[in-house]
Amino acid sequence: MKARNFRYVRPSSLDQACRILAGVDEAVPVAGGQSLLAGLNMRLSAPKLLVDIGDLKELTGQSYEDGAVRLGALTRHAELLRSELIQKRVPLLVRAAAHIGHVAIRNRGTLGGSLAYADPAAELPACAVALGATLILGSLAGEREVKAEDFFTGLFETELKPGELIVAVKFPAMQPGMSVGFAELSRRHGDFALVGLAAVATMQRDRIGAARLAYFGCVDRAKVACSVSAAVAGLAPPLRDTSAFAQAIRQDLTPEDTTGLRADTKLHMATVLTRRVLNSLSQRTDP
Amino acid sequence: MTDLVGEEDVPIEATLNGKPLKRRVKARQHLADFLRQEMELTGTHLGCEHGICGACTVVIDGCTARGCLTLAAQISGKSVDTIEGMTESGKLSELQSEFIARNAAQCGFCSSGMLLTAYELVASGRKMSRAEIREFISGNMCRCTGYHAIVDAVEAVMAKKVKASAGGKF
Repeated sequence: MKARNFRYVRPSSLDQACRILAGVDEAVPVAGGQSLLAGLNMRLSAPKLLVDIGDLKELTGQSYEDGAVRLGALTRHAELLRSELIQKRVPLLVRAAAHIGHVAIRNRGTLGGSLAYADPAAELPACAVALGATLILGSLAGEREVKAEDFFTGLFETELKPGELIVAVKFPAMQPGMSVGFAELSRRHGDFALVGLAAVATMQRDRIGAARLAYFGCVDRAKVACSVSAAVAGLAPPLRDTSAFAQAIRQDLTPEDTTGLRADTKLHMATVLTRRVLNSLSQRTDP
Repeated sequence: MTDLVGEEDVPIEATLNGKPLKRRVKARQHLADFLRQEMELTGTHLGCEHGICGACTVVIDGCTARGCLTLAAQISGKSVDTIEGMTESGKLSELQSEFIARNAAQCGFCSSGMLLTAYELVASGRKMSRAEIREFISGNMCRCTGYHAIVDAVEAVMAKKVKASAGGKF
């Protein structure tokens, strides 16, 4: 299908973009557009105005400072796979990016777009939450920082206010003893995940010290799976079974039946996936 | 300022298949429709129009992109290459020869997108396993070949390229 009619504007600065987004009803920002334009073509949404922020210099750049990697909102998924800085300091993003769509999608889709769209089946929101990332939101009033776990407020819903854009994201860099794990199950390569998991853990010798796990695909929004994260602390992978955390998964995840996939199947898949991810954790992924 | 912001007809200046392009495009028109309907470049095909099938693959600033998930208005300031331009430049000739030799193009509907994705793979200069090739082209659907002949063709060109130069574009 074709998108409904809309107007299009390409602001030349972040200020201008924020002014337009704050002042016009039903104005939506577009950068890579890899989710938004598919939705427009299917007429799932019909904004009046598209504000193209894809060329704004203020939203680009990669830097490492004070133990954190700052990535501009326009960082493409393909750049996550290529960047040596990200490979070394935030390897979880590299692991996740390989699962996002296909090559042509990754060439266009952006980090900020994925977070702002807040699809509960998307990889990067879960990674941002698991890593304890901080989002820098810009508006005419200036910048404010929001923790990733506070940013995702519901199904496709975020803390973003009208006229506000994600400018950049700060990801804590890998520390000695830290280990990351990532896995997802989907029906075909590049499809949205049925169940996925991003994990960040501090290892104490062979045991998991503290852990932050965030699921996607089987949740309504990206959030820390508190019960599972607590249950896996102290475990020493490789784990033979799932008894230590299977009950905790049922506390954190309350999936619903969907066409072709029952809720209990999703829980089973999440349990299997969790063991796989935990068994992949080790101290060998130190920077 | 509600109704005054933005336009339904957007001026763009871009490069299309190496030649300068300056005109107005409809805001709602995606790049694949623009190429087919306005520029009469019908080698870019349309299958699903929501980013799944890969038939509309084009090259924007040297990287493959979905023609259906890019607005024509968004190519301003960028360089776009289609299957027509890439074929005329000769960049695809080796891949095309191998595709023909192995019957990797049957009905041909996916071939323009498949060739451009395959070009990006081969141009990366990386040596890939058959599984990695399959993963790389997984965003381009083919309903005829079962992919086997396509993977064969890509593998043959990749082997030549890796042998000829230890990496780099060709």
